[in-house]
Amino acid sequence: MNPVNYLYLAALLFAIGATGVLIRRNVIVVFMCVELMLNACNLAFVAFARLHGNLDGQIIAFFTMVVAAAEVVVGLAIIVSLFRSRHSASVDDASLMKL
Amino acid sequence: MSFPLLTATAALPAVGAIATAAVPAARRTAAKWLALFFSLATLVLAVVVAVRFDPDGDRYQLTESRAWISDFGVRYELGVDGIGVALIALTALLIPFIILAGWHDADPLETKSSRWRPTQGFFALILAVEAMVIISFEATDVFLFYIFFEAMLIPMYFLIGGFGDRAHAGSDEKASAQRSYAAVKFLLYNLVGGLIMLAAVIGLYVVAGNFSLQEIAEARANGSLDMATNTERLLFLGFFFAFAVKAPLWPLHTWLPNAMGEATAPVAVLITAVVDKGGTFAMLRFCLQLFPEASKWATPAILVLALISIIYGALLAVGQRDIKRLVAYASISHFGFIILGIFAMTSQGQSGATLYMVNHGLSTAALMLVAGFLISRRGSRLIADYGGVQKVAPVLAGTFLIGGLATLSLPGLAPFVSEFLVLVGTFARYPAVGIIATFGIVLAALYTLVLYQRTMTGPVKPEVASMPDLKVRELAVVAPLIALLIVLGVYPKPVTELVNPAVKHTMSDVQKKDPKPEVEAAK
Amino acid sequence: MIALLVAAPLLGAAVLLCGGRRLDRVGHWLGTALAAVSFVIGLVLFTDMLGKGAEDRTLNQHLFSWIPVEGFQADVAFQLDQLSVTFVLLISGVGTLIHLYSIGYMEHDERRRRFFGYLNLFLAAMLLLVLADNYLLLYVGWEGVGLASYLLIGFWQHKPSAATAAKKAFLVNRVGDMGLSIAIMLMFTTFGTFAFGDVLEATGETGEGKLTAIGLMLLLAACGKSAQVPLQSWLGDAMEGPTPVSALIHAATMVTAGVYLIVRSGEIFNAAPDAQLAVTVVGAVTLLFGAIVGCAKDDIKKALAGSTMSQIGYMILAAGLGPIGYVFAIMHLVTHGFFKAGLFLGAGSVMHGMNDEVDMRKYGGLRKYMPVTFVTFGLGYLAIIGFPGLSGFFSKDKIIEAAFAKGGTEGWILGSVALLGAAITAYYMTRVMIMTFFGEKRWEPDAEGKQPHPHESPKSMTIPMILLAVGSVCAGGFFSIGDRFMHWLEPVTHHDHGDSPLSAATVTGATMVVLVIGVTLAWLQYGRRPVPSVAPRGSLLTRAARRDLLQDDFNHVVLVRGGEHLTRSLVYVDHTLVDGVVNGTAASVGGLSGRLRKLQNGFARSYAVSMFGGVAVLIAATLLMRAV
Repeated sequence: MNPVNYLYLAALLFAIGATGVLIRRNVIVVFMCVELMLNACNLAFVAFARLHGNLDGQIIAFFTMVVAAAEVVVGLAIIVSLFRSRHSASVDDASLMKL
Repeated sequence: MSFPLLTATAALPAVGAIATAAVPAARRTAAKWLALFFSLATLVLAVVVAVRFDPDGDRYQLTESRAWISDFGVRYELGVDGIGVALIALTALLIPFIILAGWHDADPLETKSSRWRPTQGFFALILAVEAMVIISFEATDVFLFYIFFEAMLIPMYFLIGGFGDRAHAGSDEKASAQRSYAAVKFLLYNLVGGLIMLAAVIGLYVVAGNFSLQEIAEARANGSLDMATNTERLLFLGFFFAFAVKAPLWPLHTWLPNAMGEATAPVAVLITAVVDKGGTFAMLRFCLQLFPEASKWATPAILVLALISIIYGALLAVGQRDIKRLVAYASISHFGFIILGIFAMTSQGQSGATLYMVNHGLSTAALMLVAGFLISRRGSRLIADYGGVQKVAPVLAGTFLIGGLATLSLPGLAPFVSEFLVLVGTFARYPAVGIIATFGIVLAALYTLVLYQRTMTGPVKPEVASMPDLKVRELAVVAPLIALLIVLGVYPKPVTELVNPAVKHTMSDVQKKDPKPEVEAAK
Repeated sequence: MIALLVAAPLLGAAVLLCGGRRLDRVGHWLGTALAAVSFVIGLVLFTDMLGKGAEDRTLNQHLFSWIPVEGFQADVAFQLDQLSVTFVLLISGVGTLIHLYSIGYMEHDERRRRFFGYLNLFLAAMLLLVLADNYLLLYVGWEGVGLASYLLIGFWQHKPSAATAAKKAFLVNRVGDMGLSIAIMLMFTTFGTFAFGDVLEATGETGEGKLTAIGLMLLLAACGKSAQVPLQSWLGDAMEGPTPVSALIHAATMVTAGVYLIVRSGEIFNAAPDAQLAVTVVGAVTLLFGAIVGCAKDDIKKALAGSTMSQIGYMILAAGLGPIGYVFAIMHLVTHGFFKAGLFLGAGSVMHGMNDEVDMRKYGGLRKYMPVTFVTFGLGYLAIIGFPGLSGFFSKDKIIEAAFAKGGTEGWILGSVALLGAAITAYYMTRVMIMTFFGEKRWEPDAEGKQPHPHESPKSMTIPMILLAVGSVCAGGFFSIGDRFMHWLEPVTHHDHGDSPLSAATVTGATMVVLVIGVTLAWLQYGRRPVPSVAPRGSLLTRAARRDLLQDDFNHVVLVRGGEHLTRSLVYVDHTLVDGVVNGTAASVGGLSGRLRKLQNGFARSYAVSMFGGVAVLIAATLLMRAV
């Protein structure tokens, strides 16, 4: 199969994720969309590794997974504490830091 | 390495500031005495510096040099020439008087106990300003100078914004708003100047490769460092702008009347007599040394601005209704004289300008501090609220008059010597400028005497009828200042001897010679 | 020794002004004693000088180097020669007498100690002025006397009029001082020095233009200090000061400093005929101006002030004549010092007895009540109008002669003006005399309803008056017989007889004629008819003269009002324009940032949009760059 197709898929996934981040209000969904975007990148990296015939892309994909795992830990913790204090999981409610 | 005298002189007030700030809140009086002690100890060190300095020796003496940020060639380099010594001595001398005069300015108000007035903070900030001012007079590294030149804005900001006249403090929302307006204005003006200077400092580094004043000046002098004409001019303007804001030169002066009007009298003295001297000092040291050609290029424009400052400041002083703002505008006029003297590029002008910095410090301090005592008695800054004080408090009126006479440069008092030198120096090269500047002395007489007449003479106003005369503490502030004004007016030789060699160096930096008298030139 | 002359009164001033209340009881004696010390030292130096040959009478004393700066040398150094010793004796002599007089005059003033402190300060400054050996030190004395004059005119500060008069005097003087400082600067750039000796010797080495400029600037200075047109307006107001002050400062000594300055700078003026001409014109105009003002004033002190102006006009005129006139200028100065001080002290004595009333229309018939005052004042009167044999006769006559001797049309004009002045002098002085001492009593109770009880003043006041009267009678004759004064001053000022178109006898005859005319006119107007106690409206000229020939009105409209408008509008400009530009910039930056702030709305998703947008733009840009 043509590896370029994987790239199209990755682009599609990334676009879906980005749209989700932008239009969804629920923090959990936004969070999942971010994960989706990360995975789209992973897919692209792996596809490129295959295309170029070296392992650099795959290694970076592993790094990304580690980072994504760390992000999930921190992110979920923030979401939980946010939900506790505000009783809502909407991103727009957390706007205290604005000037 | 010998004892780092210059570092010690600058560090001592810094230590004092920390120590004063650390005194527990309840022991207010102890903090005051501590601050006074440290300021006096600094004075002693400054005297040692002055004694150790040999006017006929090297240009920069008591030098210290250590690597600091070696990646960028920033060094911790200190050194003083005669001008620096004179100004360090002035600073160290004035601070004890400022502290003593502001003894009760930061006491908590009995009527409004809710507003906490950090007495310790007030004195600590004054000492902090002293430390920074002294080190900026000592720095021979451009970057080091820049840092402290800017850093002194921070304590000054809090001094202006945080401590107003007791007459108004906390009692009045409007006064408080005006005060913070003044403080912000002060900060913004000087920050903008500072930012532009920062750009010029970086530009200088790009061109010269290091920040050392001596190295760059030397390289400039022996031709190994060439600057394109435009580069030099741009860099010069960058530096000059910052100094002109601080000096303050027309039309960048409008922050001064606000700041001096809203601050307490001792802080106002701190601004005009000490901090602002940094601007004129830096013009002499940095602008002329680093950019001699550009300085000469800009001279005509600067002379015109200085002339405008002189006349304009004096005219506005005549029109003021507020005692402290009047003194502020008078100071603007005097700074015009100083800048005129610097850029006339004659020995007399520059010696006069340096002397002027010292003498203006003393005379403004005397006038402003007495005005502060007066204001604290009546609780108003408006000239119209006074009248006939002379009859009720003759000593106060007498000292006020002497301060005023010093401001109008009466011969026999110190400012006359410097003003005359500036005028002669300017006249020798630019006769027309000298003559116009001479009008300043008539206007100076006008605003001083109008102020004295309206406040001190005439029938006694009922509100001032029970005004007490100067107290011992207040007299202890004013009397030495007046004595110094008289001594330096009659015998200015100690200061001129200190300053002359430094001026000679500056003159050779800009490669200018004094114009010869006509009779000699003809021979 | 010379320094002691200045130091003694200076010490007195310092002690009296800083000493506090403890000195209240002895202060006036201390002040008087120190003035006397100066006089004695002056006498010693004078006799010492008499013992030497005419050529080596100049004494120099270098105290210390004052302002040592590269290429600039100012020293504190004194020079005592025949000219300055003459002044020293006049200043300290008359000064001591007036100190003595003030003890009585100021007896009831609680601030008497301070008054004496100021008087001592004045003496010190004035002595410094005449003893300095360079123009810069002279300038110190010059402004020093200005300060003392300011303090003394405004001595009764609780009166707003006094405070205003003091301020005015200082300001007008400052304008003159400006002239002096420009003159010094010119000397510095021309000669490289401003020591008398060096400057005056080098006058030949520069062009006439420079010298004329210097001369005109010196003249401006002299106009300020000596109350000459156009800077004369302060002198009349200065009469707000206590009378001894008017006598000492505003008649005998300080106001003559301008004459000293011009005579001292004789070499400069000799080499600059245009400047000299200006000096004579100023002198001639002022002598008429002062005399006319003197005729119209009802205030006895202001009438005398007008007279002072006019007499100094004579001196300036003489000084402007060059070597023909220098000696006579100084001679008239000295004799004037005697008789005018005497007249003022007499006026003070009259006021002392009349509850401080100054309006002559409310005097009259005082000769019986104050005999000593009457006699001394009368002798002063005879001296000033130039009655034969008295001081004024000798000195004024010589000036008129010298004016004619100037030669040419100029000589005729100046001489005639001087003659006319003599006639007017005779007129207004007779008027003062008659209105004060003769005629009906026109006394009126003062503001508090107290009826005046004229009485003779105490001894401490009459003794100085008597001594001054003796001076007014004898000084002129003493100086003129055998031309003593001329020979005395000649080594310093030089002398030149000029060639008068008229003989000395003719001039003297003419002077006598105009004198008689003046006195007769005054007698016809004030002696024969009763003097109305309210001033009649008078002619246009009289009304103008009462208001100092409208000069004050001019100043008020042009300078005061104009200045007020200027400063007001500048304050406005500073606030709105200069400050406005900066504040406007600040406001627009603030507005911009306010709008930018709205971008930070706190919605995470909108931040994300901008992030995406930004990344997209960056990528697009990168691609584009690649493609290019």
